[in-house]
Amino acid sequence: MSALDIAAAVRSGERRATDVLDEHLARIEAGDGDIHAFNLVTADAAREEAEAVDAAVARGDDPGPLAGVPVALKDNMCTRGIPTTCSSKVLEGWRPPYDATVVTRLRAAGAVAVGKTNLDEFAMGSSTENSAFGPTHNPRDLTRVPGGSSGGTAASVAADFTPLGIGSDTGGSIRQPAAFCGVVGMKPTYGAVSRYGLIAFASSLDQIGPFASSVADAAAMFDVIAGPDPRDSTSIRDYAPNASSVLDRGVAGLRVGVIRELSGGAGTVDGLSADVLARTQEAVDALAAAGATVEEISVPSATLGLSAYYLVAPAEASSNLARYDGVRYGLRVDAPTTGEMNTASRTAGFGPEVKRRIMLGTYALSAGYYDAFYGKALKVRTMMLREFAEAYEKVDVLVTPTAPTTAFPLGERTADPMTMYVNDVCTIPSNLTGHPGISVPFGIGEDGLPVGVQVLAPALGDELTFQVASVLEAAAAGGAS
Amino acid sequence: MTDFFAAAATDDTPIEPSLPDGWELVVGLEVHVELDTATKLFCGCANQFGSEPNTNICPTCLGLPGSLPVMNESAVELAMRLGRALGCDVNRSVMARKNYFYPDMPKDFQTTQYDQPTNSDGRVVLGDGFVVGIERAHIEEDTGKSTHVGGGGRINDAEYSLVDYNRAGVPLVEIVSRPDVRTIDHAKAYVEELRGILLATGVSDARMEEGSMRVDANVSVRPHGSAELRTRCEIKNINSVRSLGRAIEYEARRHIDLWTNDGAPDQETRHWDEEGGRTTSGRSKEDADDYRYFQEPDLVPLEPSAETVAAIDAAMPPLPAARRAALLEASGADASAVGIVVERGQDGLAMAAIEAGAEPEKVVTRLVNDLAVDDWSKVEGEAFAELIRMESAGELSATQAKQILGDLVEQGGDPAEHAASRGFEAMDTGELESLVDQLIADHPEEWARFTGSDDGDRKKMQGFFTGQIMKATKGQADGKAVAQLLAQKSS
Amino acid sequence: MSARITRGDVEHVARLARLELTDEEIELFTGQLGDILEHAADIEALDVGDIAPTSHPLPIVNVFRTDEVVPSLDRDEVLGQAPVAESGQFRVPPVLGEEP
Repeated sequence: MSALDIAAAVRSGERRATDVLDEHLARIEAGDGDIHAFNLVTADAAREEAEAVDAAVARGDDPGPLAGVPVALKDNMCTRGIPTTCSSKVLEGWRPPYDATVVTRLRAAGAVAVGKTNLDEFAMGSSTENSAFGPTHNPRDLTRVPGGSSGGTAASVAADFTPLGIGSDTGGSIRQPAAFCGVVGMKPTYGAVSRYGLIAFASSLDQIGPFASSVADAAAMFDVIAGPDPRDSTSIRDYAPNASSVLDRGVAGLRVGVIRELSGGAGTVDGLSADVLARTQEAVDALAAAGATVEEISVPSATLGLSAYYLVAPAEASSNLARYDGVRYGLRVDAPTTGEMNTASRTAGFGPEVKRRIMLGTYALSAGYYDAFYGKALKVRTMMLREFAEAYEKVDVLVTPTAPTTAFPLGERTADPMTMYVNDVCTIPSNLTGHPGISVPFGIGEDGLPVGVQVLAPALGDELTFQVASVLEAAAAGGAS
Repeated sequence: MTDFFAAAATDDTPIEPSLPDGWELVVGLEVHVELDTATKLFCGCANQFGSEPNTNICPTCLGLPGSLPVMNESAVELAMRLGRALGCDVNRSVMARKNYFYPDMPKDFQTTQYDQPTNSDGRVVLGDGFVVGIERAHIEEDTGKSTHVGGGGRINDAEYSLVDYNRAGVPLVEIVSRPDVRTIDHAKAYVEELRGILLATGVSDARMEEGSMRVDANVSVRPHGSAELRTRCEIKNINSVRSLGRAIEYEARRHIDLWTNDGAPDQETRHWDEEGGRTTSGRSKEDADDYRYFQEPDLVPLEPSAETVAAIDAAMPPLPAARRAALLEASGADASAVGIVVERGQDGLAMAAIEAGAEPEKVVTRLVNDLAVDDWSKVEGEAFAELIRMESAGELSATQAKQILGDLVEQGGDPAEHAASRGFEAMDTGELESLVDQLIADHPEEWARFTGSDDGDRKKMQGFFTGQIMKATKGQADGKAVAQLLAQKSS
Repeated sequence: MSARITRGDVEHVARLARLELTDEEIELFTGQLGDILEHAADIEALDVGDIAPTSHPLPIVNVFRTDEVVPSLDRDEVLGQAPVAESGQFRVPPVLGEEP
């Protein structure tokens, strides 16, 4: 049952939110042992929320557009009084004294949060294998990774544990796992959704977005969580998108661009698999068939994205993660002095990937290297913004693969960080430019696993990504291979 | 970060008298002031001194995971006001992160400004005309406070420390001077002048003892006449203007000792030990200074419009230097007395009294000598002028005038009414004369000494007779009238 | 291109970041960080001259909050999360050295 169907049934009194909840909790109970989508299932808190929704309906009040819809929250969203770990030992047991803005907004819309989902520690990874609490398995094939870092949320939606889920996307962490798990995942324009209460990985890149089984469900969730927040200085004022209202507009007359460098054309990046490229081409063809015009576009700096990202993100992370020092909350490992206690706590609390990125970021910012690395990377962002702006003068949206391959086997890429990092090559540019992007399932690969196609739009083009994704979704359903 | 360019001494360069001949002192000052806002820099917690520990804290100022800063508009306005009062350019500015670990800093980075500060390139003109250049005055957040328990409260001997984050995130402006100061007196005068500007503009209450104004001194020395800049040390923990002088002198002598004994100071931060009267090495050596500054991605640039800056200029209250000049011109009193009146903020009262017709110099003298009180807000210019007139006309004795001034401070109102209700009336000359005659009759020996040739005796006996009259009249006699009578009788 | 990251660099960076690395980790990170930075050579080699850096995709400036007090957190709730608390404060081992 879709999120919108559940909400309609609960709002009309046809179904009770508590019954919906019990049904989903039972599925989690039965299936999550194999998948490990959740770090924590908050059944009691969820029941209270569901009862409140039912009480509102009984009173004749409208509990909101997501009434009674169970949602999964990535475990880097702060939830008051409920453990929030970032899948890190350094935060194990920490109960935030406040709720993230998205959590507050979802609750106000009647959604019922059922638990906190697994992620790569501090959202650093592309497979959800970098979790202190063990990996999440892909519900489509338990031997495969679900992608990451929002792998737990992607798996929860793919396994039908929850119709909706919340993820965060710093370099592709919503879109890539959505692609791997065969669901819809969307990264909004930077600033469209408040980051207040999202535990920061890389502040200038992080953005919260929805996961769902359908474009319409994802749009409904996006509409609830988007909008200005006075607690986030980077949130966009006076921006209140309504993606649900544009889904049936079609793509007739729309100009669609294909980025040559991310589609197997000249100067293309390495590692894009043939069947992923084939599905992407079919998606473009489907848009053309629906009335869009198609044009190949060159964005040379798109290939620099990976390098820029792996300087900017670790640099900001090295600073954002300094606060885990054993003084105020989280893990403390005793030592004779505060300095030694800081070091001992951090050394014991962080996993290898987090340490690697803190090291990389600290180095990139350190005296003598700033200009060569971090400073340069910020200028590359400017170059990319210019080149994408030029591209968007010619076309309305861009279409690329979401990830170079389908979901890969657990353990395959953990030894060599670079092979893991290249997973993000197609998703990273829009984090660096702050533009919106959506991944929508479009057919399967030779291995039978889902392929995701990505639709990108300029800043504030969030509605447009849903509009185009809706056409792709219909095309995929019509001619599913 | 300070641009430590300084020119060689010229004939006009002041010389610090307390140092050995041939040495020149070079001082730059970094002054942190807490802005007088209701809330902290990035959150709505109260900016309040003296609260119970950890009661003014929230996710943001505690640096909790997921929290975000939002800039306090008043803090920026106050910072720009201060910048303009210091003659600075107000620039487009951005916040930056200064990364280092310290337990009283909740995020383990300080949000401050680095290469794009709000205010740059200003100056402070001291009372004697000496100019101290201002390199920058930038916005940043304060840290929390640690108490060191055990080991006599000293940081390096403590058993453990307790951290209170009430102060964390309180808005600060750091005012960085150029290394222009050459004497201890100028260093002190600079701090006093800044304090006057901070109070006049309402930017800060500038209390050194409460830590809302904190002064660090960058001290170095060089052979007189040289243009070189030698290794400097930054002296922290200076808690008063007096300590500032002592700390600079101690540190300068320490440097001179090292240089003259084939040594050299290390460039470091040092701690002023008030009791011991010395500076000690501050930080542990293992800490590397690499702050990895980068632009704060959670905040957006500050871009004041020309209109905003113009509005700040238009609303700028008169600053101490201009007020001193005005009172000096209006009163003709000496510069140091005028300086005291302006420092106390009594120049408005002085000007009002002068305008109401009081003798200008007397106004300044009376204020300096008799109005060293915290709250004089009830005293009005006209009343103060009238009081001075009554005293000059002999309608009130000096003692009575002081009592009436006390009444004005407490209740305000009109001095003539206070005089009447206290029963102070000018004593009849005849009455006073008969009292004097009686005294002379009662004290022939003293009178003989008064009329004798010994000037010393005469003075002493004048005091004696005046004292007796005052005693007899309970202080209501006019001292001048008594002196006149005594002079008449002895001639 | 700058010289490849050394073991000494890695040790220095670990100290700045307050991480303690084993010999094996130092070895591993020296290699891995070297590889990543080598990949970044395409950026390092770029002539970006007068291009302004970007830290936010939208030209947002002057975002303020009015200077009004809002309630603070409950102290007990906050200190309840502290590894060690005493007398309403956070307790830490001795601090060596002053704040920079």
